Amino acid sequence: MTITSNMQAGSDEKLNTGKARQARIAGTILLGLSVLVALVFGADSAGDATFRLSRPNDPWALPNLAVPAAQFNYVAAGLLAFLGARQFSRAGLSRPNFWLGIGLFLAVAGFLVWATAGKSLSLTGMLSATVVRAVPIALGGLAGVLSERVAVVNIAIEGMLLAGAFTGALMGSLLGGFGGLAAAVAVGGLFGFLLAALVVTYRMDQIIAGVVINLLVLGVTSYVSSQVFAEYRSLNNAPIFRAMKIPVLGDIPVIGPVLFDQNIFVYGAILLVAVATYYLFHTRHGLRARAVGEHPKAADTLGINVYRTRYINVTMAGMVAGFGGAWFTLGSVGRFDENMTGGRGYIGLAAMIFGRWHPAGAMAAALVFGFADSLQQKLALLNTPIPSEFLAMSPYIATIILVAGLIGRAKAPAADGQAYEKE
Amino acid sequence: MNDLSEKLLARAAPARTEFENLVIVPLFAVVVALILGALTMLATNVDLPTIGRSYIALLEGSVGSLNAISETLTAAAPLTLAGLGLALGFRTGLFNIGAEGQLLMGGMAAVIAGFSLSGLPFAIHLPLALLAGALAGGLYASIAGWLRAATGAHEVILTIMLNLISYRLLDYMLRLPFIQREGREDPISRSVPESAELPRLLATIDPNLRVHAGVFLMLIAVVVVWWILFKTRLGFEFRASGESPEAARYAGMRAGLIIVIVMGLSGALAGLAGANQVLGVLGRATPGFSAGIGFDAIAVALLGRSHPFGVLLAGLLFGALEAGGRQMQVDAGVSLDLIGIIQALIIIFIAAPLLVRAIFPWGFQKAKG
Repeated sequence: MTITSNMQAGSDEKLNTGKARQARIAGTILLGLSVLVALVFGADSAGDATFRLSRPNDPWALPNLAVPAAQFNYVAAGLLAFLGARQFSRAGLSRPNFWLGIGLFLAVAGFLVWATAGKSLSLTGMLSATVVRAVPIALGGLAGVLSERVAVVNIAIEGMLLAGAFTGALMGSLLGGFGGLAAAVAVGGLFGFLLAALVVTYRMDQIIAGVVINLLVLGVTSYVSSQVFAEYRSLNNAPIFRAMKIPVLGDIPVIGPVLFDQNIFVYGAILLVAVATYYLFHTRHGLRARAVGEHPKAADTLGINVYRTRYINVTMAGMVAGFGGAWFTLGSVGRFDENMTGGRGYIGLAAMIFGRWHPAGAMAAALVFGFADSLQQKLALLNTPIPSEFLAMSPYIATIILVAGLIGRAKAPAADGQAYEKE
Repeated sequence: MNDLSEKLLARAAPARTEFENLVIVPLFAVVVALILGALTMLATNVDLPTIGRSYIALLEGSVGSLNAISETLTAAAPLTLAGLGLALGFRTGLFNIGAEGQLLMGGMAAVIAGFSLSGLPFAIHLPLALLAGALAGGLYASIAGWLRAATGAHEVILTIMLNLISYRLLDYMLRLPFIQREGREDPISRSVPESAELPRLLATIDPNLRVHAGVFLMLIAVVVVWWILFKTRLGFEFRASGESPEAARYAGMRAGLIIVIVMGLSGALAGLAGANQVLGVLGRATPGFSAGIGFDAIAVALLGRSHPFGVLLAGLLFGALEAGGRQMQVDAGVSLDLIGIIQALIIIFIAAPLLVRAIFPWGFQKAKG
């Protein structure tokens, strides 16, 4: 009895020092951001930053939003300093991550105001680009969630995206847009099934299996595009899904063009995230899948077929990634280029960890990455002194900080990465 | 009598299984990968005579002439160096996917040391440039090692992220005024002076033979890694932590420190591979100078079963595939990317011996249990 209570006290103490450490780190980051916003963004801003909220031919036009840049940044710096100082008091112990999120938002807003000072930027266009660029990352992250919830680490998302993109271009050229989409989903599912077969039935190391699938897909798609597409260009010329405006909703200023005037990939991603959330947390099958991911032995004892559950979920994950891959070709350029996914699958993996293995969380994280991505595109136009390479790096650095648990630890499913052998 | 023979067989069995895993599975993997490669060519409308010609070109381009052997060795050196680093990690239970980034950082450091320290004699300059490469690669990998040891974050995600960061860092560095070549708009570094170059070995016979002193670097690294792994206490600790982390901890080994050391060594070898490329082959750094060697090295380490001598053989095989693949592209017009497919297939079969046994049951003794 005493032993357990001692242990209890010990772990409580440990938990509290852990929390205090997180609060200290969050506080330090916030104070650092405050200094950055005041000294770099505030002191260097002159004039107003103008954000355009409406596009020229929107039915309801909103006036432009003009923000006095220097003043905005000094106020933001003050708020950041207050939030940072607060982390070192007792109040910091509750929800440091929430306040850190608010702080990061303020800092990014300050950055944007500084970068646009004296110029103008279409905010609607930028948010719209954010959503579009978040789609493959969100779908990749969702694929990660579906397979890691049954304890299969999915490094192969990158390869599945690439396979989807390739199939979308090839079959889209032959069968038209929807044919290409269906084929991309099928091929994604095939690679999901292959991953499941390698790691579940043949007990290959999950990480090696994922890396190999990525290499294999990269090899096959590069080979075919240099060997076949170079000669028969008509095989790599797929139709593109155009944006479909939802009546009424699409006319709302700002929100309309961002959310309700997009192509089927954006709608599909939102729908899939909703469906996956319902499936994982509100159905019997989802409960079983999560049980397999947390404690396969217990699940097996209760009569759940661990192998079959893993096969089904990883195949579904592959199909989701295949759909996300088709975005690259059918959703944007209609043509396949060698290695065109460019690491988006790995960012999806990071989005999954950021989102704490929850579909909606992965989507939210994907939006953050999408924002960084579209910001990087805009920076070149705005002529800021910060090299775009560093902005492009920021999601990866943020992922490292998060994975390392410096700001609160994200918890993976307990059996993640382990092969299960039925006795 | 029956009992006795069964006993004898039982004693022979583990050796037999080991032999199968070490020899038959890799052989099978290479053969089946080549067959599947041929089927891929068939599927993409390459006719049979061309397939035959491309495999002959593959053989000729890898070992068919002095030039071919020189090319094979040139390609094998960085693969083996980086593969040795990954093998050290695998032995310790660490998956370092980040050889690509470590190689880039090592190569950049070697180039910078190469052009900025000009005026030194060869005997000092070259070792310094190599050391800079190894150090940069080792330090870059140590970031992941330290984070793994201190926080328990998974090294696979860490090293993948460090890879992605390294690409951006390389793009940025190649445009810095003191690194970018004068008068160039595109990202390309200054050239390495001759005193920092790995000397060509056979230039006296024919100036086109590219094989360079990196081959000796490769052989020395193989012996050193073998010695560390099997003859030193540190190597014993590596292997013990890889095979049973719990037991290693009970035996008083400092798990965290070992992780940092292994990642550092692993990265240093990858950095050396990068230095080998820029100092021996390219003479400068460009955005794509890693050419996927860091990823192929994963395959090399796996194929070599994480044993230094195995890694050497695997590195030579992959080097031969690389050199022969180029010949194949020239002679038969079959894209070099086919080699990527064959390499990936080889790893699948090597890493999943159960799959090989399932496809090819008559070649093996029945697995027990």
